[in-house]
Amino acid sequence: MRVAGVDSVAYAALLSLAILLVAGCGSDDETAASPGPGSLVIYSGRSDDLVGPIIEQFKDATGIDVKVKWGSTSEVALLILEEGDASPADVFFAQDPSGLAAVVDRLSTLPDDLLARVPDWARSPDGRWVGISGRARVVVYNIDRLDETDLPSSMEGFTDHKWKGRIGWPPSNGSFQAMVAAMRLMWGDERTRRWLQGIKANEPREYPKNTPLVAAAASGEIDVGFVNHYYLYRFIEKDGEGFGARNHHLADGGPGSIVLVAGAGILNTAKNSENAEKFLRFMLSMPSQQYFASTTFEYPLAGDVKTHGLLASLDEINNPSVDMASLEGLKETQAMLRDLGIIP
Amino acid sequence: MLWLPATLIALAMVAPLAYLVIRGAGASEETWSLLFRARTAELLWRSVVLMATVTTVSVALGVPLAWLTVRSDIPLRRFWSVVAVLPLVVPSYVGALVVVSALGPTGLLRDILDGPLGVQRLPEIYGLSGTTLTLALLNYPLVLLIVKGALNGLDPALGDSARSLGVSPAVAVLRVTLPQLKPAIASGSLLVALYTLSDFGAVSLLGYETFTWAIYQQYQTSFDRSVASSLSLVLVAVAATVLVLEARSRGRARYYRTGPGAARPPAVVPLGRWRWPAVALCAAVGLAAVAGPVAVLGYWVGQGIAAGEREMLLWGELWNSVLISGAAALVTAACSVPIAALAVRYPSPISQLVERLSFTGYALPGVVVALSLVFVGVNVVRPVYQTGWMLLFAYVVLFLPVALGATRSAMMQASPGLEEAARGLGRTPLQTLLTVIVPQMRSGMLVGVALVFLVAIKELPATLILGPLGFQTLATAVWSASSEAFYARASAPALMLVLVSSIPMAALVWRGERLRA
Repeated sequence: MRVAGVDSVAYAALLSLAILLVAGCGSDDETAASPGPGSLVIYSGRSDDLVGPIIEQFKDATGIDVKVKWGSTSEVALLILEEGDASPADVFFAQDPSGLAAVVDRLSTLPDDLLARVPDWARSPDGRWVGISGRARVVVYNIDRLDETDLPSSMEGFTDHKWKGRIGWPPSNGSFQAMVAAMRLMWGDERTRRWLQGIKANEPREYPKNTPLVAAAASGEIDVGFVNHYYLYRFIEKDGEGFGARNHHLADGGPGSIVLVAGAGILNTAKNSENAEKFLRFMLSMPSQQYFASTTFEYPLAGDVKTHGLLASLDEINNPSVDMASLEGLKETQAMLRDLGIIP
Repeated sequence: MLWLPATLIALAMVAPLAYLVIRGAGASEETWSLLFRARTAELLWRSVVLMATVTTVSVALGVPLAWLTVRSDIPLRRFWSVVAVLPLVVPSYVGALVVVSALGPTGLLRDILDGPLGVQRLPEIYGLSGTTLTLALLNYPLVLLIVKGALNGLDPALGDSARSLGVSPAVAVLRVTLPQLKPAIASGSLLVALYTLSDFGAVSLLGYETFTWAIYQQYQTSFDRSVASSLSLVLVAVAATVLVLEARSRGRARYYRTGPGAARPPAVVPLGRWRWPAVALCAAVGLAAVAGPVAVLGYWVGQGIAAGEREMLLWGELWNSVLISGAAALVTAACSVPIAALAVRYPSPISQLVERLSFTGYALPGVVVALSLVFVGVNVVRPVYQTGWMLLFAYVVLFLPVALGATRSAMMQASPGLEEAARGLGRTPLQTLLTVIVPQMRSGMLVGVALVFLVAIKELPATLILGPLGFQTLATAVWSASSEAFYARASAPALMLVLVSSIPMAALVWRGERLRA
């Protein structure tokens, strides 16, 4: 059995090599003790492709040794909850307010001057987190089938029978549910329920999240859909002006045009809270806000930064002020959606 | 002697279960009302239906392809051998994204057909049929590889005896070879079925609501660990039922050879006039499951390059992927040996329990397993938390059954007579395992290593949640870019994933050929 002998030696060698290598891949975080600018651990629910470059700029500008845990906002929020006091995280950077609300008990109160950099509606009422960039709810529509003038000025217009089979929506998506939560606050439960039933009667196509929905609107799989505003511009950036969909901001100032924020907070167990504060200040500084406006096509929230030319300005879209991070409100909203058979 | 390592490994595999019970116990009355409603039963039923359809299609594809690429004289056999397993490395959310873009109501295929043929509508891909197609095409290699391992370890003498008694080649395959492959087919089916149960990527993109979808919904939008944990326990119960069914199907038959001497290598079966239909089958599967996705990904990469996208080759991520999946593959396969040996050689209710417990992590959605191991990491093994070790452990918990599927069928083909002889001549049980059993299981173990490598390299939730800070792999890069609609940036690492996985597969095929020669 000469072959077997050679094989077992090869396996043993490979196995030990692999184990040595794995041992090596976790060992570069022992540099924290060195003096100087120190370190910072960011738990990011926003992806590397979105915020990686601006975090890199922060690193370069301050010399701080930044380590990032990447994930979806819900994964990272659950991770923080599960880790409890043992969490190595200093900052939680979330894609939407509900993620911040889920861990709000683990966040410390931010200094007033930091909070004051953004409008009231873009931060937590108790000062535990602050909005970094804004994301507007819009109606995305197919430009071959529709003209912007064909579109109603209120969400309620879409309950009309003529929209039957033409709507797409992402009922299990966090931003969509936040929109429905805002709707309940502005319209009351009865009217919201009627709206949901009206849309459901129009047999909307269901999508798990915004990206495939925008793609579907462009290709004509659906005529209109309820989404966040900025996915469209990523597609246009990639596919060019010929991309088959555009955004429509509802003029009635109702729940269909609220602005949600991506925001951040500092954990109350943070070991590097000073650096964490530096990070939040950096994110709300001119260059960072400029970055969000021009690179991720989001709404800048602090300072005098111009909104991207493709976007409707923040003053133009009515932003109703609602507490978008009420987790209680979100749970009741989900109960309503479940009750109506819209989510599982 | 076998009991100790097997039991320890099995106990480690149960960590997620313990966590679910602890978290589920914190559930409120509201949870129970959520759990006991008609919708829960409906979602469960939908999951079971999907599991049945995906498994059936996977067996229908995997078994013939395995036989063709091992036993027949099909042209370009080695090429098909490599191609046929590649779909396994495509993450299900990427597969589904490609399916929607290519076959969706307004996808690329309709654009192509619309011109010359005026085809306006394609069959609906959202729902059960599209989800079945996608998941089966991505997962049939689980059946294929395990059946191949079994075919390689099969004694051809039985088939030859049948032939010498005047049976036609086709009948010999159906009545002699196929029944001998039963444990391998059952192992492969089990893996496909349980994976389907836990899939979220494909079912969500293709709009087929399942029980796992409901669990994700609880995590993603309610951040509710109690409800999600209670629901996950229901999923565990379903998985347990499937395991019992599989064990029944296994029965008490004998699958090792008892004749004297060594088995001779099997003869190649000439396909004759079935040659071209067989090639057509391989080509169809290869086109649908490999060439199609690669073409779509390549198209997106091309668009990215045209749009001025740079730095698309991610060497660091590639290295991380290969390293952690390679280590996971070797360690997992090694861990599966004592459990397989125990289950096959000492069948008893307890050894069966040990074996089945090891399926816990595999049957659960990845995010559930990852969170449970965060709990273990923070509360029990703090020093290794968020290190490569923890991630390696997570992969073992997630993928042990994948290796076990291969090693167990190999173990069933290993003759107990040789072991008894070794023991009788004074070898210890451990020596016997290493010097007598493992060499006989070589082909099955290699398959186990390959399988774990292929499924681990695309793993996402545990890699994100448990990996060291800043640790990124090809899979996390694909996810990061695709979740924000940067398709070009997502496609390059996805293609790298396919390429890098084809290298060990090619090596494995090559090695198999050498042994055969």
